Amino acid sequence: MEYAYYPGCSLEASAKAYEESTRFVFDALGQKLVEIEDWNCCGATYYMATKETISLVISARNLALAEKYGNDIVAPCSSCYTILYKTNKILNDNFIMKEKVNQALKKDNLEYNLSLNVRHPLDVLVNDVGIDTIASRANTSLKGIKMAQYYGCQIVRPERGIDDKEDPQLMDRLFKALGAENVYFPAKVRCCGGMLMTTYPDVGLKLTKEILEHAQDNGAEVVVTTCPLCQMNLEAYQDKINKKFKTDLHIPVIYFTQALGLALGGSPKELGLNRQLIPFKPEEKTLEGSR
Amino acid sequence: MKEREIKFSDFFSKKEKRLEDSFIQQVYNIPGGESINKCIQCGVCTGSCPVSYTMDITPREIIALYRSEDIESILTSRTIWICASCYACTVRCPQGVQVTDIIYALKRLAMEQKIFPKRFPVHALSNTFVNLTNHFGRSYEPGLLVSYYLKTNPFKLLGMLPLFLKLISKGRIGLLPQKIRDKKGLSRILNEGQIMESIVPE
Ligand code: SF4
Ligand code: SF4
Repeated sequence: MEYAYYPGCSLEASAKAYEESTRFVFDALGQKLVEIEDWNCCGATYYMATKETISLVISARNLALAEKYGNDIVAPCSSCYTILYKTNKILNDNFIMKEKVNQALKKDNLEYNLSLNVRHPLDVLVNDVGIDTIASRANTSLKGIKMAQYYGCQIVRPERGIDDKEDPQLMDRLFKALGAENVYFPAKVRCCGGMLMTTYPDVGLKLTKEILEHAQDNGAEVVVTTCPLCQMNLEAYQDKINKKFKTDLHIPVIYFTQALGLALGGSPKELGLNRQLIPFKPEEKTLEGSR
Repeated sequence: MKEREIKFSDFFSKKEKRLEDSFIQQVYNIPGGESINKCIQCGVCTGSCPVSYTMDITPREIIALYRSEDIESILTSRTIWICASCYACTVRCPQGVQVTDIIYALKRLAMEQKIFPKRFPVHALSNTFVNLTNHFGRSYEPGLLVSYYLKTNPFKLLGMLPLFLKLISKGRIGLLPQKIRDKKGLSRILNEGQIMESIVPE
């Protein structure tokens, strides 16, 4: 299948590894991602402000540009996914708003005709490609890797319809099929604090500490995520947490596409694993060669 | 609604009255906004909230205060700023109250009315965001964080330095912002959007 690909601003910088591994995985599975030409910020920035129409306009510019590539737009960043999803829903539900937005888009000869589905790569990979197909293409077993799958808020809440809101299973099922050992991890949909890490660090640090402790105490050797902001919050502040709370956290946090890429035979470099602040080095012996 | 307006005007100044009106309109306009009337004060929202421990007014109390028309307490609370919009409360509410969106509408209103303590961090962040994105069409994380800390607490910037350097060494911070090609087109769209903004829907 072919998908309109919306990388988003984080995947160009702090989440480069997400970009590299997403492209690798789609390639390895014979799925085509076509980057939307001249996409702009999803509008997350404007949702934080008070201007509703503007925020929809800036977000909808991407939808308008994406329409010529097909029916599905894929956004790996959970925030971009959420914003584009919401925009799409509002424009579909509110005719007046759609007209207002299109009136603005017209100034650059653009128009959005409501033809898109906004998708997250996890949904596409599990539901379009399928776990069986992925497992049959995998050439490296993840056997012996103890994993905590962290979904965060945005890909399940408030109402995405791709998975259960309290106990999502997409990643659990996917990685189990690839040989990984999923640890008990009830914190899988707990909030990482999002921007609170910047605005109220004390609160942000406490939230991430609790999630990481759940993972580490239950024996996980790696946390697998779907979101650049969660990844950064969970990975980058472990030293600070240890200092503040006298904990002993030291656990790698990677993107689900990086873990999936390993199963599909990707090298650590191809999957951006060299960009981790806390390195994830599954032992040679655990990553068995072709099955 | 009618009754409420009459009552407000007895107690509030003209400016405050406008504020109340605009809030009531905003809350009722968000999808499911009327759901607020169905709240049974069970407290599931507060129990599900990961940050209620540090709020001065809990999510359940926000709903109660709104219904008793005490908007002022809500707008001056810490709660609207500390809410992380995680939607845990909303998906668990047995009555389908759109708690997160209601709190978000309140936050918007407070910002619009400039009700926040000086140099308030959340507000500084969102303004910085908007300016940068207006300029480049893309968001630029390091620029955002640097100007945010300069506006709020320059000393914190020093504390962030080791992390910034580590991220640079891993190729995770671009040294220049990315720009979109069609910046002119984007600003034409934004200008028109600005005009559309002032046209009230419905
Ligand atoms: S969970 Fe819903 S019904 Fe219960 S107190 Fe909160 S808003 Fe009201
Ligand atoms: S959305 Fe806000 S109020 Fe609701 S549970 Fe999350 S942080 Fe608490």
